[in-house]
Amino acid sequence: MLRALKQSLSKARHGVFGAVAGALSGKRSLSAGELDRLEGLLLSADVGVEGTRRLLQAVRQGPSELDALERLKAEMLAILAPKSDYRPPGGENGGKPAVWLILGVNGSGKTTSAGKLGSRLAGRGLKVMMAAADTYRAAAGEQLAVWADRAGAELVASKPGADPAAVAYDAVAAAQARGTDVLLVDTAGRLHNKKHLQDELRKIHATIGKRMPGAPHLGLLVMDAATGQSGLAQARLFSQAVPVDGIVLTKLDGTAKGGIVLAIAQELGIPVAWAGTGEGAGDLQEFDAEEFVEGLLGRDDAEA
Amino acid sequence: MFDSLTDKLSSLFKNLTGQGKLSEANVREAAAQVRLALLEADVNLQVAEDFVARVQERALGAEVLSSITPGHQFVKIVHEQLRETLGGKREALRFASQPPTVVMVCGLQGSGKTTTCAKLGALLKRSGKRVILAAADIYRPAAAEQLEILSQQAGCIFYKSDSTDVAAICAGAAEAGVRKLADAVILDTAGRLHVDAEMMEELVRTKAAARPHEILLVLDSMTGQDAALVAAEFNSKLGLTGAILTKLDSDARGGAALSLRAVSGAAIKYVGTGEKLADLEEFHPERMASRILGMGDIVTLAEKAQAAFDSKEAAWLEERARKDRMTLEDFAEQLRQVKKMGSLQDLAGMIPGMPKAATAEIDEKAFSRMEAIIGSMTPKERRNPQVFNGSRRQRVARGSGTSVQEVNQLLRQFEAAQKLMKMAARGKGRRMQLPLGMQ
Repeated sequence: MLRALKQSLSKARHGVFGAVAGALSGKRSLSAGELDRLEGLLLSADVGVEGTRRLLQAVRQGPSELDALERLKAEMLAILAPKSDYRPPGGENGGKPAVWLILGVNGSGKTTSAGKLGSRLAGRGLKVMMAAADTYRAAAGEQLAVWADRAGAELVASKPGADPAAVAYDAVAAAQARGTDVLLVDTAGRLHNKKHLQDELRKIHATIGKRMPGAPHLGLLVMDAATGQSGLAQARLFSQAVPVDGIVLTKLDGTAKGGIVLAIAQELGIPVAWAGTGEGAGDLQEFDAEEFVEGLLGRDDAEA
Repeated sequence: MFDSLTDKLSSLFKNLTGQGKLSEANVREAAAQVRLALLEADVNLQVAEDFVARVQERALGAEVLSSITPGHQFVKIVHEQLRETLGGKREALRFASQPPTVVMVCGLQGSGKTTTCAKLGALLKRSGKRVILAAADIYRPAAAEQLEILSQQAGCIFYKSDSTDVAAICAGAAEAGVRKLADAVILDTAGRLHVDAEMMEELVRTKAAARPHEILLVLDSMTGQDAALVAAEFNSKLGLTGAILTKLDSDARGGAALSLRAVSGAAIKYVGTGEKLADLEEFHPERMASRILGMGDIVTLAEKAQAAFDSKEAAWLEERARKDRMTLEDFAEQLRQVKKMGSLQDLAGMIPGMPKAATAEIDEKAFSRMEAIIGSMTPKERRNPQVFNGSRRQRVARGSGTSVQEVNQLLRQFEAAQKLMKMAARGKGRRMQLPLGMQ
């Protein structure tokens, strides 16, 4: 049984996704078996039971001039696309600095994403500053310092155990004083279901607003593409604590499809802003819904 | 952890219990529900279907159809199957006959390897072992610094090398283990993707060079469908001897545990349940299965209480309480004891029937505020709360940064606790099991 499972898993990776998607194309209505396989494909991509149910409904009831594959894609893009059009505010207009708050659960890739974002923004000629408001994890500040150095960004360091809200406040003051365009505030990883940690986040947000009314201007929730159904709870609870404008979907270079963002966009209307695909400073792209949908339907596995 | 699955199955079995006998049709219906519940709990699709097929097979046999209470019988079958899939009896870390025991820890980026290494080190250290923590993550910025700081906190020896060859670093660490008479050497390798051939090859070389006795996969319990593939890949390349499931203090339903076990056969040896170094617990499949089925986790709760309580102190407290001489100082001491047991949210989560929403609302700082209130009292007030008048209450509220209402509330709680203790003391001198704050 073990071997069979392993084989079918690896088959899933190499091509079954593509095959299912291929089977849909040109067909107006699907057999029960085809619907089952499509259900399996979506469930295997972490879209979730409810999200999958809604998508299958769309495939069954979509416009008759489209074939099943087109209907599925159209529905997915409708969920993702209008919002993926959104432009993350930079420091180009409005008062300086634009303050971006980076948040997420432990291990989602916040510091790495902050580093990559810093590199990208600096690459556009913006003056970037990074603030290490993760005062909890050992050596988190050092990690961000390396990234700041790579990006050519300024760094506001902190002492372990310091009040993260105070660090964020000082960082805004420093950014204002030095004419920084974008300030990236890297917060500590926190589980969404820990009330005291979400309260702390709320405090960081409020404190930044005290120093600079209207700030932070952007809240980015960093999420691992391998996240299962807990992703929905993450998005819900983080956005209850502070405004979440977009998701940074990380580690998309593995086999995880990140389908949970479909459920998140469906239910909470939070779009994906950026996609992380590797370890290099350049491995962060603005989210492309078309590309994401193709990946989810396994078209990138076609070679196998 | 598995709360939602629990809810699903319990409502399902409530429906089943009402019926006299199970027909093939309602076994199928129940099995389909179990499949959905497992999928929502992030169990891998194929693992879930395999699991359901087995449950169905067992349920359709005579054991259910001829039984008197089909509901209970079905619960039992799902429970047993769950327990079997999770690994039957729990398995502990195996120590080499000739120390040091070399433990290689691997996993994806962000799964919690470095923290877990330190927690494992701290756990072994607490059982009197001499532990080396070796930094073998040469890629992530400041990974070695993080492990160095955590090593100090965990009371372990930190090892690092200037080499950029991970296999050589790990072989060096294993050698250092022999030289320094260590009982265990824990190798913290870099996070990597299971599809990254080059990085996986590095682990294979590391295994050959350091010859670990245990190869543990660290897996985030919030992982979705991909958990099965990750576990299968790591296992086929390295031959896992076990796994550690992290972040189980999240609300993740934890289906990854099932997927991992089903595809790799690797036993889950520990689970990470919090941010503190002490938050690493042994994995108990039977308890986990009970938890899935909504039977709560009273055993773990009792163990935590036992570990946190200094039994001499508890006996002394009990004695004072029985003689009705318990003061607010004793009360503060009990609060400290309860705090040692871990976060309130985790504790509440172990109580059977405690709704998820209720545990999310628990204010972790409540105990700290209570301690602050007691700390702001004079010794006389602590020993003799009857002296409290309005102005004393106001002073204490100001001193502790709280409100008079909170001071009043604490005094009422203390009074109630005193009464309870008196009652308990009268009732045949029953031993105190849980601190007052828990009642």
